[in-house]
Amino acid sequence: MSEVIATNQAIMVVGGGISGLTAALEAAECGKQVILLEKSPSVGGRVGQLHKYFPKLCIPTCGLEIQYRRLKANKNVRLITMAEVTEVTGEAGNFTVNFKIAPRYVNENCTACGECEKVVVAEFPDEFNYGMKSRKGAYLVSNMAYPQRYVIDPRIVNTEDGEKAKAACKYGAVDLDMAEQNMSLNVGAVIWATGWKPYDAAKIQPYGYDRYSNVITNVEFERMLDPFGPTGGRILRPSDNQVPKNIAFIQCAGSRDQNHLKHCSRICCMASLKHTTYIRDQLGDECKSSIYYIDIRAIDRIDDFHRKVKEDPNVTFIKSKVANVVAGNGDNVVLKGVDTEGYNRYANEHDLVVLATGMESTVPANVLPTNISINEHNFIDLDSDCGIYGAGCSSDALDVNRAAQNATAAVLRAIQVVNRVAGQEG
Amino acid sequence: MADMKIGAYICQGCGIGERLDTAQLVNVAKREGKAAVAREHEFLCNAEGVQMIQDDINNDGVTHLVIAGCSRRAKTEAFNFEGVALSRANLREGVIWVRPATDEAAETTQEMADDYVRMACAEAKYMKMPSASGEQGLVRDILVVGGGISGMTAALEAAKAGYKVELVEKTGALGGVSAEMYKKFPYKAPYNVLVDNTTNELIEAVNANGNITVYLNTTVAKTDGAPGRFEVSLATESGSSKDVMVGAIVQATGFNQYDINKLPELGGGKSQDVMDQLTFEKMVKANGGAIKKADGSEARNVVFVQCAGQRSEQEGHLPYCSGHCCMTSIKQARYVKDAGGDATVIFDDLRTPGADGEDVYRGGQEAGVAFSKGKVNSVEAGGQGLKVNYNDKILAEDTYIDADIVVLATGMLPASGPNPYLAQDIETAGNEENTALVEKLKAEQENAPVSVLNLQYRQGSDVPHLKSGFTDSHFICFPYETRRTGIYTAGPVRRPMDAHQAIEDATGAALKAIQASENAALGRAAHPRSGDLSYPTFRKEGCTQCKRCTVECPFGAINEDEKGYPVYNEARCRRCGTCMGACPVRVISFENYSVETIGQQLKAVDMPDEFSEKPRLLIMACENDAYPALDMAGMSRQEYSAYARIIPVRCLGSVNTIWITDALNSGYDGVILLGCQKGENYQCHFVKGSEIAHNRMSKIDDTLEQLNMEKERVQTYEVSIADIHRIPQIINDMEKLIAEIGMSPFKF
Repeated sequence: MSEVIATNQAIMVVGGGISGLTAALEAAECGKQVILLEKSPSVGGRVGQLHKYFPKLCIPTCGLEIQYRRLKANKNVRLITMAEVTEVTGEAGNFTVNFKIAPRYVNENCTACGECEKVVVAEFPDEFNYGMKSRKGAYLVSNMAYPQRYVIDPRIVNTEDGEKAKAACKYGAVDLDMAEQNMSLNVGAVIWATGWKPYDAAKIQPYGYDRYSNVITNVEFERMLDPFGPTGGRILRPSDNQVPKNIAFIQCAGSRDQNHLKHCSRICCMASLKHTTYIRDQLGDECKSSIYYIDIRAIDRIDDFHRKVKEDPNVTFIKSKVANVVAGNGDNVVLKGVDTEGYNRYANEHDLVVLATGMESTVPANVLPTNISINEHNFIDLDSDCGIYGAGCSSDALDVNRAAQNATAAVLRAIQVVNRVAGQEG
Repeated sequence: MADMKIGAYICQGCGIGERLDTAQLVNVAKREGKAAVAREHEFLCNAEGVQMIQDDINNDGVTHLVIAGCSRRAKTEAFNFEGVALSRANLREGVIWVRPATDEAAETTQEMADDYVRMACAEAKYMKMPSASGEQGLVRDILVVGGGISGMTAALEAAKAGYKVELVEKTGALGGVSAEMYKKFPYKAPYNVLVDNTTNELIEAVNANGNITVYLNTTVAKTDGAPGRFEVSLATESGSSKDVMVGAIVQATGFNQYDINKLPELGGGKSQDVMDQLTFEKMVKANGGAIKKADGSEARNVVFVQCAGQRSEQEGHLPYCSGHCCMTSIKQARYVKDAGGDATVIFDDLRTPGADGEDVYRGGQEAGVAFSKGKVNSVEAGGQGLKVNYNDKILAEDTYIDADIVVLATGMLPASGPNPYLAQDIETAGNEENTALVEKLKAEQENAPVSVLNLQYRQGSDVPHLKSGFTDSHFICFPYETRRTGIYTAGPVRRPMDAHQAIEDATGAALKAIQASENAALGRAAHPRSGDLSYPTFRKEGCTQCKRCTVECPFGAINEDEKGYPVYNEARCRRCGTCMGACPVRVISFENYSVETIGQQLKAVDMPDEFSEKPRLLIMACENDAYPALDMAGMSRQEYSAYARIIPVRCLGSVNTIWITDALNSGYDGVILLGCQKGENYQCHFVKGSEIAHNRMSKIDDTLEQLNMEKERVQTYEVSIADIHRIPQIINDMEKLIAEIGMSPFKF
C-alpha cells in the first residue's frame, strides 16, 4: 500500500467488511485510486466472526486471507482504520468526505509481538466475541487482524496499565499522546459499505433475551464454535456451561415484523440450518434441534442444504411464529405458540434458545447528502447518477455472495463517475 | 540481467535475539547461503532497518533479499522493496513461537532457524524477478453474448464507463424474456406497487449508445485467444460472418423455461388453461391486463402452484429452487386482483427475501391475494374448468379449489453451453464402475446444447458447469471466480435469479470483464493471485509431449500445437503452478517459483545422520490456508515438532512428485502435504489443485516401495485455515510415527 492521492478521480470506500474490501480491491485492480475507511481497528467485518459459511461450510477467513493478500500487494489502496465518516458533501465527481480518526495509541512500529498485552492487567468485554469473554486493555482484535497491529483501549491510557504497556514496548510503538484527528478528502465517487449489525434482541420483549441467560442470538452461537472464542469451541448453554440437549431456533426474531425490522433478513434461515450441522458435528445424537419458522428461505441451489438438514432425524421443523418464551424447569425455558400446520397449540421446553436475529442496516442519518435516497428499511436506493452507491448490506439484506456481487456492481457505477471526470479533466 | 547478489538480513526483534544465536544465522547465510551481504538488526522492520536494506540495494547492488524475522504474511508494508527478489525466513511464527523457551529445546530450535535461513537463501538464489512477457493483448473492448436484460445491462454499464462493446443476440430483437413482461416490481422502495415494464427504454438506450454495436440474429462461431486478445468470429443467420477482437467476454445467455408437459399430474399439456408463468405473462400483456382463458372468455379464478417440478428429487424435476417464482406469482396474482378476479397462491415456503421481498408479499396480502400453505397433488382438466386437489397444510386436510386458469411456477433451466468436462467425467465414472452415473452422463451428452462460445480451448468449447447446468462460479466469497479467465457469466445462466439480481450480476460481470482486459494488457494475473507478473514457461527440448499439463490445467490455459507441445496462453493462466506439478520431466517453471526454488530449499536443509535421533519432516503447505493456520498456531503459541521444515506452496497442485522423491532420497523421514478441501464442496481457489495433488500422491506409493520405505512416511491432508490446533497435531503425530517406525535409511 502506498499514499494514494485523493482527487476527483479517486474512489472512497466506506467500510472494510467483505463488501467494502471487495469493492476497494475490485476498483484498485482496475487501476483506480481507492481510499478505504474502516471504523474499527481491523478490516474483515462481521464475516471474520463467523465459524463457517453456508452452504459449503467453508471457513470465512480463507476468503479474507485472499482479500488481505490482494490488499497487501496493491499500491492503489490506502487503508485508514479507526476512521468514521462525519459528513459527505458535494456531488458526483466532486465529493468532500469529512471523517475523524480515533487514536489507536499504537503506531506503525508495532510488530504484534504481544509484550504490551502481557503486562496490562485491565480487561474489558471483547467486542469481537460480542462481550461473551473479555480481552486485555492492549489487544489484537483477532489472530487474523489486519493491519496486524495492536490497539490500546482508551480506558487504560491515563492509567498505570497504559504506562506499563508503553514501557513493555521495545519498539516505541505505544504512543499514549495520540489524539483524535479530523480529516477531509476529496473524491469523485463514494461506495458506502458500512454493513449491518445484529438487531437488538432485547427489543423483542416476548422472547426474553434480557431475562433468560439461555436465550442467546445467532451471532453469539456462532462465536461458541471458535476454538479461541468464549467457550473454547464448545457448544455450551450460558447459565451453567452444560452441554445442551434440546436447542430451539426461533426464526424471524425481529425480522418480517411490523414492530421491529419490516424486511426479511434473508440469511437467518440458512444460518440456523447451518447451526444444526454444527450441533450434529459436535454433539451427534446427544442433542436435538428444533427450528420454529414461518417460511424457510433457502433460495436457489442452496435449497440442497435445506433438504439435507430436513433429512436429519435430530432436526424438527415447526411452522410457527413463536408467541413468547417463559421460564421452565431450572434454567430451561418454554416456547409457546401455535403450530400452524394442523393448528396445534404447543408449550415446548428447551435448554437453549437461539434467536435468529436479523440484519439491521447501519447507514447513518444526516451524513450523506440529502439527495441520496435512503429507504424506510434504512438501505441506500440505487440512483446511477448520484455518485454515492450503497454496497452489500447498505443496499439490502444480503448473504456474502450477493454482497460481493453487489459490491462489484457498485464499483462499475463508481468507475463510470471517475472516468467521466477523467474525460473532462483530460 | 545484472549479477545476482544476495543480501541476508537477520532480525533480532520480537524475542528472536534472545532465543536464537543470530550471529550464527549470519554465518549460515554467508557461508552456506552464499549471501554477499549478511547483517543482524535489532528491529529490522523499523524505518532504520528498512533504510539499511534499501541502502544495500542502492549502493551495494543487492538484487536478492533474504529477510529472516517474522512470517512472510507480517510486516509486508515495511518489507516492500522495488525491483528485487525477496525470500522470507519465518523465525518468529515458524520457530520461536512454536518452540518452548527451555534449555533442552534450545539446540533443536537453533537448528530449525539455521535451516530456515539456508532454505531462504537457496530459494533466493534460484528466483528471478518476474516481468511481463511482452505478449500482452491490448484490446479493451468487451463482447457480450445475449441481448436480454442481463446482456443489455452489462453492455450499457460497460459502455457508460467508456468501453466499446460488441453485443451479440441470437434472435432478431433485443429484450429477451424481460421484454415479455406486462409489469414489474420496482427496483427501489416502495416495492409493493406494480410499475410499467421499462425494458423498451433499456433497448433504446443500448441502441442509442455510440460505444455499443448490436448484432442481431448472430451467434459466436469461434472464440480463440486469451484475455486482452480474444479473436471472435460472429456468424449471422444469413450466413455472413465478421471477426472482432475483444479483451474479455460476458456470457449472459439467460434461461429456458422448464417444459410443463413433463408435469402431466399438474395438468401440464392437458389443458391450454394450465400454463407456465411466462405464458401467463404474455397472455396478460397481449390482453392489456385482462385475464382470459384459451377460449377467450374471462378467467375469474386463477390458482398459482408454486415449486411446480422444482425443489424435488423426483426424476425429471429440478432439484433447486428458482428463486424468483414466488415474487413472480405474487405479481401475477395482483394482475388477477386488478382485473377483478380471485387469485390463490398455493406454496410450501413463500420465498420473498430481502428488503423488497417482504414489501411485495405484504402488497399481495393487502391486494387480497389468498395465500395457502399446501401441497398440490393433482390438477384435473376437463368439463367446465380446472380442479386443483391439494393438501391444505394449515387445516391438515385434503381439499380442492376450482380454477379457470392454473399457473405452474416452473423453474429456470440455464441456457449454458455443453459441459466441457462431460467426457472426462464419463471416463472417471467408468473407471469407478459407476454404471448408473455413466448412463446419466451419457444421456446428458446426447442431449447437450449447442455451443455458445465455441472456444478453441484444449479443454472444450464452453464454460464449465458447477451444478445442474449452471455455469461456474465460486459462489460464496468470489461470485466471479470462474475457470475460464476473462469470461464471466451473468444472470440466470449462472444461478437462478430474478431481474433485479440479474441487473446487479450483469453490472458486476461487466466490471470483471473490464478488469480482466485491463490486467491482461499489463501481463498481470487475475484473481486470486491478482497482479502476479510471473507466468509459466517450458523448455521445449526437454518436453515429451505427454500432455499432462494441458489436461490438468484447471483453467484451460494451455492448448496443444499440432505436434502435441503445450501452447501457453498466459493471460488465461492463474499462476497456480498445477502444470509445473504435473510435468514428469520438470521442464515447466515460473521465474520466481520453480522446481528449483522449492527443490533447492528442501535440499538446503542440514540432514543429521541416522543415529542422531533428529528426524527431518518436510511439510508442503498451501500458502492460503495451511500456512496462515501455521502462523496462527505460532501466534497462539501452539508447539509443534522442532524437526518440521515447512515450505509454502502456491497450491498443492503445483507440488511436483520429484520434490517428494528428492526429499526421500536426501534423507527426510516424513513428508506431509497440506492442501484444501476437494470434491463437490471444494475449497481450493484453484479449483482442482488439491484434488490433483491427492491423485498424484496416491501413486507415490510405488516410489516408496521401490525405495523399500513405509508408505506412511508420505501423507496428504485436506485442511482449512481454521485448523490451528489440528495442523500442529498432524505434524506431531508424524514425529511420533517416525519414532515408531524408525529413521529413514537414506541419510548420507
